[in-house]
Amino acid sequence: MAIDRWRLPVIGAGLTLALALAGCSGSDDKTSTSSNPDDGTQLTMWVRSATDQFSQRLVDAYNSSHKNHVALTIIPNDNYLTKVGAAAGSHSLPDILASDVVYSPNYTKQGLFQDISADVKALPFYSSIAQSHVKVASYDGKIYAVPHKLDSSVLFYNKDLFKQAGLDPEKAPANFTEMVADARKITALGKGITGFDLAGSCGGCGVYTLFPYAWAAGEPVLSDDGKKVTIDSPAFKSIFGMYKQMSDEKLVDSSDKTQDGATWPANFEAGKVGILPLGSPIVGDLLKQKKFDWGVAPLMAPDGSATSTFIGGDVAGISATSKHRAQAWDFLKWTLEDNAQVEIIAKNGDLPGRTDLAGNKYTAADPRTKLIADGLKNGHTPFALPFGDLFNNPNGPWVATIRAALYGPDLDKALADGQSKIQAGLDAAN
Amino acid sequence: MSLTTTRAGTEAPATGAATRRSRGTAARRPLTGLLFVTPTAVIVAGLFLVPLAILVYMSFMDWPLLGSPEFDGLDNYRHLTHDSQFVGAITFTLLYTAITTVVLFAVAFVLVAISNSPRRGSRFYRTAFFLPYVVGTAAASTMWWVDSSDRLGVFNQVLQGTGITGKPVGFLDTPGKALFTVITLVTWKFVGFQMVVLLVGVQSVPGELYEAARVDGASTFQRLRYITLPGIKPTIALLTVLSVTGSLLAFDQFYVLTHGGPDNSTMTVVLALYNKAFQSYRLGDAAAEAVVLLVALIVLNFVQLRLLRTKED
Repeated sequence: MAIDRWRLPVIGAGLTLALALAGCSGSDDKTSTSSNPDDGTQLTMWVRSATDQFSQRLVDAYNSSHKNHVALTIIPNDNYLTKVGAAAGSHSLPDILASDVVYSPNYTKQGLFQDISADVKALPFYSSIAQSHVKVASYDGKIYAVPHKLDSSVLFYNKDLFKQAGLDPEKAPANFTEMVADARKITALGKGITGFDLAGSCGGCGVYTLFPYAWAAGEPVLSDDGKKVTIDSPAFKSIFGMYKQMSDEKLVDSSDKTQDGATWPANFEAGKVGILPLGSPIVGDLLKQKKFDWGVAPLMAPDGSATSTFIGGDVAGISATSKHRAQAWDFLKWTLEDNAQVEIIAKNGDLPGRTDLAGNKYTAADPRTKLIADGLKNGHTPFALPFGDLFNNPNGPWVATIRAALYGPDLDKALADGQSKIQAGLDAAN
Repeated sequence: MSLTTTRAGTEAPATGAATRRSRGTAARRPLTGLLFVTPTAVIVAGLFLVPLAILVYMSFMDWPLLGSPEFDGLDNYRHLTHDSQFVGAITFTLLYTAITTVVLFAVAFVLVAISNSPRRGSRFYRTAFFLPYVVGTAAASTMWWVDSSDRLGVFNQVLQGTGITGKPVGFLDTPGKALFTVITLVTWKFVGFQMVVLLVGVQSVPGELYEAARVDGASTFQRLRYITLPGIKPTIALLTVLSVTGSLLAFDQFYVLTHGGPDNSTMTVVLALYNKAFQSYRLGDAAAEAVVLLVALIVLNFVQLRLLRTKED
């Protein structure tokens, strides 16, 4: 116990020291002007750990084909905003700063990025850059960042388990009734196999896979300006109703109740889950494994009348304090060009950040990746300033809503409580 | 504590003879003394007092992570009184502290009894009980997280394999189970330290007292009640201070194992403070919470040390 005594001073000192730096802000407009931006400059770039291998592949390929050198720093997801906040205050941001797309409004609002509107608009493929990302990375009509990584939520299903349960492996569930019926048959196989998989204590997972059901049902969830939320709605009542049924009937693993997202895909990847709502980031792993055959279906409205997806991922921009604007842009531009988009990104099973490349040879070759890429046109990226605090925070109101709805006694009350608490959070931040 | 008292006692008679000699150099001594303590004073000021001053300053500001801070007077302290998460955290932390302190002492006494016996192998037990203390709390919590998981954990495999339970227990599923799991972790991890300190206390009680008691026909219980317990009172007081302070500042085991869940039922004060700063990015509010916690700890430790001192006198 004695060892615990250092904590208060350390946390206190850490808090103050790191964050005293965050207080002051400012920008340095000095930029080097060079006719050829590939002049052997050393660039720095920060990404969060969610995109580590993806970003590493791009950086390695750029470094090996250019004189410039990008040094990549990967920062744990949870610490990212804290680190950026401290660096912003002490003017020590890297040249290139990536950000989870839903957090990027915090950065653009605080002026952490340089305005790159002119450069982006001058690109020959400007109109086909993923607009969902460009929209969220813009502020007051100016563009501050471009797509770095694009991902999209879908439903995965294990075709082998479908076959064993006597279901048609080519027919994915198309509405909630079918989803529950299929899950029942697969769970009946026994041997620790479950029909469905949900993350009962993970806010981010809930946003990623539950919002699309509501969007498909015509419910915007968050208003365009991010000031109004609609959780207490018929759409969410059917969504949580279906998930509650899955949980009550034990069509999911018992550990799902405390699943915080860390090991969410593990059971599906082990071939023990029939249907898993998740997203394109696990496609690379699924393509590599040969244990079972799998299929993809879009996330649908409860009655199956429409489909939608959460377009997530990261954007990257040039930090306000970078002195290597031209060189940093050279890297960002290169990542958006055909070669990087197709030969590095799409080849690994990830989604290209440009709609005109959705039909590239790698994505199109597999009907599953093609389905994911095609689904982007129905997708949304929600916007709210306190997004992380309200929706991703494990102790926040959205996780409380999910848990009360799934494991509490009163679904209606859970939705009404969630509605008022999340709205109060939005009101306080705007 | 007992050490200081003894030294002060033995020095007392000598001072009378030395008084005249030391008076002559008294004028020089403060300056030299000051010189000797300067490095420590600078370190304390730089690493503790200055950050503390900044912390207090921050607690009067509306301080977002990004953007510029603004003075907001006592608003942050006012927020605290309405903050149900913080108030809930105080209640939970007190409950956790009470349970942990009692459980740690209870288990430690049993372990002392085992490892203090002259039987063969008692050294082995002593080492074995102390071993978990060497593991860092965050690492131990991660181990516990994996071990108690329904999917990956060895605890469930053993319980199911031996037929004690038919299905996974879900060690972190309900508030009660989550608290139980954390307390088993904390006991496993810290009881070795508690035991070693108690053991030293027990062994420092002079053996003659027991022999005399035995001659006088005192029973085992009487020997425990009238010799052992009074003899180790300072040790118990010290361990209580450490255990209470440590439990009130509990953070890593909850951060790693429960995230304060399920449903914010295992939210400690420091975890609430951390969340305020690094989830909500409201640094001013977090600073106010830290100041409140600091004041509470100072008061508590002052009271505890005061009680300890009067008892010794």
